[in-house]
Amino acid sequence: MIKIEDMYKIYKVGDSEVRALDGVSLHIKPKEFVSIIGPSGSGKSTLMNMIGCLDTATSGTYLIDGTPIENLSENELAKIRNKKIGFIFQVYNLLPKLTALENVELPLIYQGIRAKERREMAIEALKKVGMEARMHHKPKELSGGQQQRVAIARALAPRPPLILADEPTGALDSKTGVQVMEMLKEIHSDGNTVVLITHNTDIARQAQRVVRIADGKITSDTTNTEGVVCE
Amino acid sequence: MTFIMSVKMALSSLWSSKIRSFLTMLGIIIGVAAVILLVSMVSSATKSIKLQLESMGTNLISVDINRGWGSGRSVSNAELQSFCDENSDIIAYCSPSIISRGTVKYGGENVTSTLYGVAGEYMAIKNREVVSGRNFTQTDIANRHSVCIIGEYLVQELFGGMDPLEQTIKLNNEIFTVIGVLDQKSSNVSQGGADDMIMIPYSKAQRLLRNAGISSFVISAASSDYTTLATEAVESFLYKKFKNDRFYNVSDQAASIDTVNEALAPMALLAAAIAGISLIVAGIGIMNIMLVTVTERTREIGIRKSIGAKTGTILMQFLVESAALSCIGGLIGIVIGVAGSAGISTAMELPVLTIWEQMGTIVGSFLFSAAMGIIFGIYPARRAAKLNPVDALRYD
Repeated sequence: MIKIEDMYKIYKVGDSEVRALDGVSLHIKPKEFVSIIGPSGSGKSTLMNMIGCLDTATSGTYLIDGTPIENLSENELAKIRNKKIGFIFQVYNLLPKLTALENVELPLIYQGIRAKERREMAIEALKKVGMEARMHHKPKELSGGQQQRVAIARALAPRPPLILADEPTGALDSKTGVQVMEMLKEIHSDGNTVVLITHNTDIARQAQRVVRIADGKITSDTTNTEGVVCE
Repeated sequence: MTFIMSVKMALSSLWSSKIRSFLTMLGIIIGVAAVILLVSMVSSATKSIKLQLESMGTNLISVDINRGWGSGRSVSNAELQSFCDENSDIIAYCSPSIISRGTVKYGGENVTSTLYGVAGEYMAIKNREVVSGRNFTQTDIANRHSVCIIGEYLVQELFGGMDPLEQTIKLNNEIFTVIGVLDQKSSNVSQGGADDMIMIPYSKAQRLLRNAGISSFVISAASSDYTTLATEAVESFLYKKFKNDRFYNVSDQAASIDTVNEALAPMALLAAAIAGISLIVAGIGIMNIMLVTVTERTREIGIRKSIGAKTGTILMQFLVESAALSCIGGLIGIVIGVAGSAGISTAMELPVLTIWEQMGTIVGSFLFSAAMGIIFGIYPARRAAKLNPVDALRYD
């Protein structure tokens, strides 16, 4: 699914260089559930931007689902984000002026799917997260946990092979955090590749495989059998 | 992502900040309304002048013969009569028009007015009417009767509104009988206007002014289609007689209307250009607000990009928004401009233009305002489209 080889991301701050990624190589197979853990400033956000095709590396190669992305244009990257990746953010990132349903429909609109089919797909995704009853509500009328569930529905709606979750429980209380984690496990058991970025060890441990990152380098990569609760 | 989708998104986004959208549109609304108002006022004034000229007779051809240094250049009554008879297929009426000043006395009143020596046909040529009494007859002309027809100004000044028919007055110390009163031409009867005149048979005028020939006359063509033919006939008649086209001047009313049009067309254009400047200013206002909007919505742009919006999609979204602002503003401006110009025309007693007469201005100002929205929308939209998704997502 993901093949990163010797990736560097170097920012120039004044005269000095900041190596946000310092030679990272990471392979993730389809249908894996991987968490990437590291303290703030470790480069995990940069790595997530790379995996999410939101940013391009200074050097190194990246294949997503067999497609090399180094030389793709901004529009081709947008297409990959649209079709292959479902993003779940810490702060939900729903559009405040749209209803839950409209938010979930948005990636489908960008795919050019016709209105009727689009609506059906969006409602199906909302059902999966148990939010179909509140689909005509705007984000500010929903609680944090509900907003995150809508955001998960939005990520799922285009049925992308890869779900990329950036601190999905970071803004939630522990109870709703648990619910969101259960949902991610379910998504994984439905056959998606899930990559979870977090600084929380308890959260990270719930994945099959835990990748630790510090100072832009991968420091450990362990497969964690007892952590997989689902099955 | 279809165009209709973009329009829907743009409209709902504009609707969600109604006051700001309206204030941004206001510039376009005022600009478009101003273009339509100014151009309509000029067109309306032009139309009013044209109507006045037409009321003087559209088929009218006036001839002036330059007398020059006592040359006594003129045509005789018989020559004019035979010319008109020969061309009766294209000429409806002919009348000499001898113009002078005359002092008119009645009782103790004493007024100086414009004296016209004419034939009875003059009324038909100049679209005048004898509203009470009678017109000149052939007998009046042939026998040089001392009769006169007076304008409303003289009725008021000399007779104080009392019935002047069959009264005798003194014109240049000769006694005349009033046989008719002319129709009132202007709502305000004034000295020197179209109602300040006294008409007498041209034969009598020739005698009174000791002037045998005719140095000016008016003709009406059989219909407006024959105006050119009739003008040419008069010119060749005069050329045959004088052998020099500088000795006379033939002008037809259609040509004068054209002159008015030519003179006022640049005025309308100038008015449109001045108001057009305000549309450019309005366009800059739109650009300004769109730049603010793009900055405010940086995060939204980041979210949209992260879930797959292409550069062109974002560009289109913001461009459609600014175009929608200017188009809606333009439409409102058209309504205000058309209603306002109709109101002002009515208040100023000018002719009200029809929608069809204003169509050119309406379409022109709308397209111009739409163009302003698009042109000044490009820069903010490009800025939005070019945002880096990572930076945009991180923006607070």
